[in-house]
Amino acid sequence: MTASPPLLKPRAPCYSPSVTALALAGVRKRYADRPVLENVDLEIARGEVVALIGPNGAGKSTLLKAIAGLVPRSSGTIRWRGTAVRKWSREFAYLPQREEVDWSFPITVQGLVEMGRYPQTGWWRRFSKADHEAVDRAIESLALGDLRHRQIRELSGGQQQRAFLARALAQEAHVLLLDEPFTGLDRNASELLGDLLHRLAHEGRLVIASHHDLVSAPRLFDEVLLLATRPVAFGIVEEVLRENIIRTAFQSGTPPQAAAS
Amino acid sequence: MDIELLSNPFYQRALATAGFIGFANGFFSGIVVLRRNALSVSALSHTMLPGIALGILVTGALTQWNAFLGALFAALLVGLGSLAVSRGKRIAQGTALGVLYTTGFAAGVAILPRLDTRQELEHWLFGDIIAVGNADMWIAFTIGSLTLLVTTLWMRPILLTLFEPNVAAAQGVHVRLFQYLIFGLLVLSLVASLQAVGCVLSVGLLVTPAATVSLLTDKTSTLFWGGGLVGCLGSLAAVLASSALGIAPGPAIVITLGLLFLAAYLFSPKYGLLATIAR
Repeated sequence: MTASPPLLKPRAPCYSPSVTALALAGVRKRYADRPVLENVDLEIARGEVVALIGPNGAGKSTLLKAIAGLVPRSSGTIRWRGTAVRKWSREFAYLPQREEVDWSFPITVQGLVEMGRYPQTGWWRRFSKADHEAVDRAIESLALGDLRHRQIRELSGGQQQRAFLARALAQEAHVLLLDEPFTGLDRNASELLGDLLHRLAHEGRLVIASHHDLVSAPRLFDEVLLLATRPVAFGIVEEVLRENIIRTAFQSGTPPQAAAS
Repeated sequence: MDIELLSNPFYQRALATAGFIGFANGFFSGIVVLRRNALSVSALSHTMLPGIALGILVTGALTQWNAFLGALFAALLVGLGSLAVSRGKRIAQGTALGVLYTTGFAAGVAILPRLDTRQELEHWLFGDIIAVGNADMWIAFTIGSLTLLVTTLWMRPILLTLFEPNVAAAQGVHVRLFQYLIFGLLVLSLVASLQAVGCVLSVGLLVTPAATVSLLTDKTSTLFWGGGLVGCLGSLAAVLASSALGIAPGPAIVITLGLLFLAAYLFSPKYGLLATIAR
């Protein structure tokens, strides 16, 4: 899969990796006065694969959902490439945890990817040639060509992740928000998905994924946001995942290595 | 089948209504199947009986409009009531529905002896499509066309919502609005099939067609149009056969659809029982 050609034209020269693309300022979320997220300030450039790590209840899923616009934030602003995002953005794609998806839904891989096109087509416009091409490109780019007519339950875990990624590409989203994408994948499938996320990032996207396994994080991610309701540390994986910093984040209870597969 | 019967205007109306309701509700059954809670539809259908009884009690007469409006009112009240009660998170929606619809049904049963229309009420319980008047036919056509139109117009956001509400919201769909819309259309579809199959059997028309097709296809659009086709042809065949066999058309429709489901369950090339055993 690493050998497959990049999607569209190579995007690397089109953006500057040092410039902030996604900016969160003072993002908060409260459920009935209980703070779930507090003062999340964050600036991330494109081209990165970022892990969200933190203890249970640290707000990892909530942060992903707040960026995607699934849960309204109590306060704070989110900007993508300088433009404020109010409720949701076509530039953002959310990929749910695998167990949240009804895999028996009568839909093929192609049908799933076509759904990603709906923000472009709106509710009524017919698929144009450009729409069909975008769907085909997304499917080819993720090497799903042979599987496009399969019902989605007939895919392996890694293939299911790729099908949802293809849906995000068809949407032409540049921020991919993934909730625990590596859960339930064996080591080989994890590595393949990790490589794939790096390729997508290298093409000019930003990938943010919640993750619970500290051991595999350095292998799979470039940067880590350590979260415990509020950001504890943010930076390249090796620097953030040091014992004293982790202990701050995981003050109560043990680090999740023990629980990780 | 004699030609004389087919030239009877009552019979023609019965066929037209059965075919159309079969199609509209068969189409809509795609949504019920994808929503994965056919049982709540069953609860709502039972709610229509006390609604009809209430309609008679309030107005003092059993007319089509009283019955339809009473059924609609009761189903909406119980359905939306269950949503409201379950918003407090303590009571699950299924629990709330179970409490509300049995209470309503019991109230209907309690009211019935006070009404002097028990004989006719049986028509509403199990349907009486041969007795369809012009007014009934047009009510059914209007409601069926409305649900078909709204469903096809907003098919994309409805599918996104049914498939994965989170992803739908991330794509800009107002998920809660569409959940209420789906629910409202569901109640309308139930009411539309009152005359054909009655309250108790109306669920059959709203579940079985797409359940059958779901065993035969992996394409979402086929589930809907195929469901409409199965519902339409099944209902027509059942009405034709019922007069020859001397059974009531309402039950005949639901039995026919059930037999079609059984056939698909056994013989579907991909998901059928025989194919699964052979594998």
